[in-house]
Amino acid sequence: MVGVGLPVVLWAPAVLGFALVALPVVGLVLRADLVRLPELMTSEEALTALKLSLFTAAVSTLLTALLGGPLAAVLARSRSAAVRLARPVVLLPLVLPPVVGGLALLYTLGRTGPGGRLLELWFGVTVPFTTAAVVLAQTFVSMPFLVVSLEGALRTAGERYERVAATLGAAPATVFRRVTLPLVLPGLGSGLVLAFARSLGEFGATVAFAGSLEGTTRTLPLLVYQQREVDTDGAIALSLVLVVVAVVVVAVARPRVAEGAQ
Amino acid sequence: MIEVAGGRLIAELTVRRPSFTLDVSLEVAAGELVAVLGPNGSGKSTLLGALAGLLRPDTGRIELDGRVLTDTTAGVHVPAHRRRVSLLAQQALLFPHLSVAANVAFGPRCAGVGRAAANEQARGWLAEVDALELARRRPGQLSGGQAQRVALARALAGEPELLLLDEPLASLDIDVAPAMRSLLRRVLRGDRGGGDRGGNAVGARTALLVTHHLLDAVVLANRVVVLAEGRVVEDGPAREVLTRPRSPFAARIAGLNLIPGTGCAEGLRTHDGTLVSGLLDAGVSGLLDAGESDSWDGAPAVAVFAPSAVSVFRQRPDGSPRNVFAVRLAALEPHAEVVRLRVSAPPGGPDWLDGLAADISPAAVADLGIGDALGDVLWFAVKATEVLAHPSVH
Repeated sequence: MVGVGLPVVLWAPAVLGFALVALPVVGLVLRADLVRLPELMTSEEALTALKLSLFTAAVSTLLTALLGGPLAAVLARSRSAAVRLARPVVLLPLVLPPVVGGLALLYTLGRTGPGGRLLELWFGVTVPFTTAAVVLAQTFVSMPFLVVSLEGALRTAGERYERVAATLGAAPATVFRRVTLPLVLPGLGSGLVLAFARSLGEFGATVAFAGSLEGTTRTLPLLVYQQREVDTDGAIALSLVLVVVAVVVVAVARPRVAEGAQ
Repeated sequence: MIEVAGGRLIAELTVRRPSFTLDVSLEVAAGELVAVLGPNGSGKSTLLGALAGLLRPDTGRIELDGRVLTDTTAGVHVPAHRRRVSLLAQQALLFPHLSVAANVAFGPRCAGVGRAAANEQARGWLAEVDALELARRRPGQLSGGQAQRVALARALAGEPELLLLDEPLASLDIDVAPAMRSLLRRVLRGDRGGGDRGGNAVGARTALLVTHHLLDAVVLANRVVVLAEGRVVEDGPAREVLTRPRSPFAARIAGLNLIPGTGCAEGLRTHDGTLVSGLLDAGVSGLLDAGESDSWDGAPAVAVFAPSAVSVFRQRPDGSPRNVFAVRLAALEPHAEVVRLRVSAPPGGPDWLDGLAADISPAAVADLGIGDALGDVLWFAVKATEVLAHPSVH
């Protein structure tokens, strides 16, 4: 099918916008010391940070699925007024500067915070400046991505199929497992990939809540930031690692997003 | 003998909506199929939703096969999945991620039937609706008619006590609908049309069929209920409701003219005082003969006459004793061999003239010179012997 055509005037800003996104990546590649790249990318420090990044992002994505999935379901289906009021709160991390989120976590779950004190008293656990803090910071920041994507998918799928399933004798748990979940699987998938990518790139909340301790809380973005003046070439090499991961994530997620939009 | 599948339904309920209040009392015998007719917004879908348990009536009681499904005074509201009430809607709504066979097996699986046995049952029901060859397909690969057949099999596979059909033919192509209609007749009425086809138990099913289509009501239903503004305004055998309609909606789908008013000895008097002369309903004549004229005089009544009984004139006709109304020509609709004139009230005229129709020949249209006379005032004349007056609910 042929569209109705695009006003020519849109092309110039479109190209400019694309350049704004694409050119910095090119600049990064041009600036990189390509000869030493493999060596810099696989330094022990880099591998430790990469492993930590992948591990924490994976755990936070799992946490996002376990908490954010049900949260999205409640937001999409509940008609309660309290839920309507809760909705903007859930989306707060999307617009909040991550470093503010990190501070908020610190003053809630830190040693002097109300939550932190209880955790220490009851379980003898201190959260800040541990790997758990990294995971919590990442989950805080990335959960809204899943919630938005999944809630949209749930609303698009609508309740018509769920009603039919109920009249066929399916109890609510069966309806959710056999009808709702399969229908929103593409939305869930793309939401999780987005959340994983966001976790992997998390910086502000992590640095405020978990600090930058090598092997424990220094993820790849934190390492890049720390190295940028000490060892510029190393920082650029690590940045390229993040670019590669991001490209892979987008390549994997994109078909699912498209499928979800059908 | 036709076996009966499904239970007896006794429902009495009210649902308040911003635009109307549904207030219905309805009984459906086991194995009876009742067609529910009514204009848009009359509460048909709300009624089905309340019966299926998808919405809670404000007050009321619903009993199916002796089980209480809803009782607002006792606080009983059996959830949809435990009602054994299936719903077949205008859209097939087959689960897109399941194969056709898995869609049909969904109900039995929910009832705790094992995978293999549920599959076997699904194949049986698919055979019943002539769709066995589609078993392995995905819903996306089906035509509208095929999908609706599969949806019917799926609804029946749950072995419901009550089947709700919400305009199941409305979204089908005009050349597919007749096949689906006769399938519904065979599967729902237990009408096997000759030889035994074998397969699952097919009997007369307790069912409510919401439809806009006169033919569905006549072909499928034992009984017709007409809803208007949330109330039952007619309830009776299909033939009776359609030949002697008491509500404007039933008259319209039956293709008859209907004038509401109150009963009088000569026929009917409209609310603005116009006398419509006509014959009295046999029941009314009986009442009058028995000296009970009070229950007719001034009681709600309707006068019914066919569009073909109307003569049309440019000038007011005089002479013969007949009913003559000034009307305004609103539309010309070509029908098979006649032209149907739709009219509305002329400026200042009574509103009961709106929507009346007259069928005249194309030659008469030419003689009258009204081919392009929309908006002109014409005269309708109907002989008293062509008008039948009978009591109405309101």
